Amino acid sequence: MIEVRFFARFREELGADTEQLEADRVNCVEDLLTDLRGRGGAWSRLFAEDQRVMAAVNQEVADQSTPLKDGDEVAFFPPVTGG
Amino acid sequence: MNYVHVQSEPLDPHREVDQLRADNPMIGAVVSFIGLMRDMNEGDKVDRLFLEHYPGMTEKALLKIVEEASRRWDLQGCRVVHRVGEMRPTDPIVVVVVASSHRKEAFLGCEFVIDYLKMQAPFWKKELTEGGERWVDARISDDEAEEKWRSVSSDD
Repeated sequence: MIEVRFFARFREELGADTEQLEADRVNCVEDLLTDLRGRGGAWSRLFAEDQRVMAAVNQEVADQSTPLKDGDEVAFFPPVTGG
Repeated sequence: MNYVHVQSEPLDPHREVDQLRADNPMIGAVVSFIGLMRDMNEGDKVDRLFLEHYPGMTEKALLKIVEEASRRWDLQGCRVVHRVGEMRPTDPIVVVVVASSHRKEAFLGCEFVIDYLKMQAPFWKKELTEGGERWVDARISDDEAEEKWRSVSSDD
């Protein structure tokens, strides 16, 4: 299983902060994004290709090609605004 | 010594400066940056600010940034303390303190750390205005910081 987490505006608009997905369906971050984008509604809007989406794998900044394996923690969030 | 911390309690900037410089006679300069909550943003009055973070990743990201600053410049220590949760205007949001033997490294290190914190550390601001709640959009110009620091190092 892969644990997927959402933060800030994404968490609120999706109404989800974490979910478990089967690892054999996804090999990299891009696969996961494509999967989420296909769900329709807020999922399709937030993860549309022209949206700025940041990703992290096991709490390190990742990009679309970052590989995924069973047990990984993946997070998606909007561009950061701290400081 | 490097130190990063995320807390919901109010920040005490002077305490952070004292902690960093305590008992280290190698330190000749300390530069600090204090980010404060403004009561106006994009033309609207802001009553409260809520800061969300990604526990675990945020601390790792901050540590990476201070380690990178320590690699680029000869520093005697770097301390970053960021507040999360609910804040009111005038409250400190973040304190960055950088110590070195000479002032140039401390100035550069401090600016580098806050620039990268704003680009890379997973924090998100939500404002409460008269019109309701809204998430703050990332400023595109933060991305320009990356370019700015590409050529700057202790060799300059």
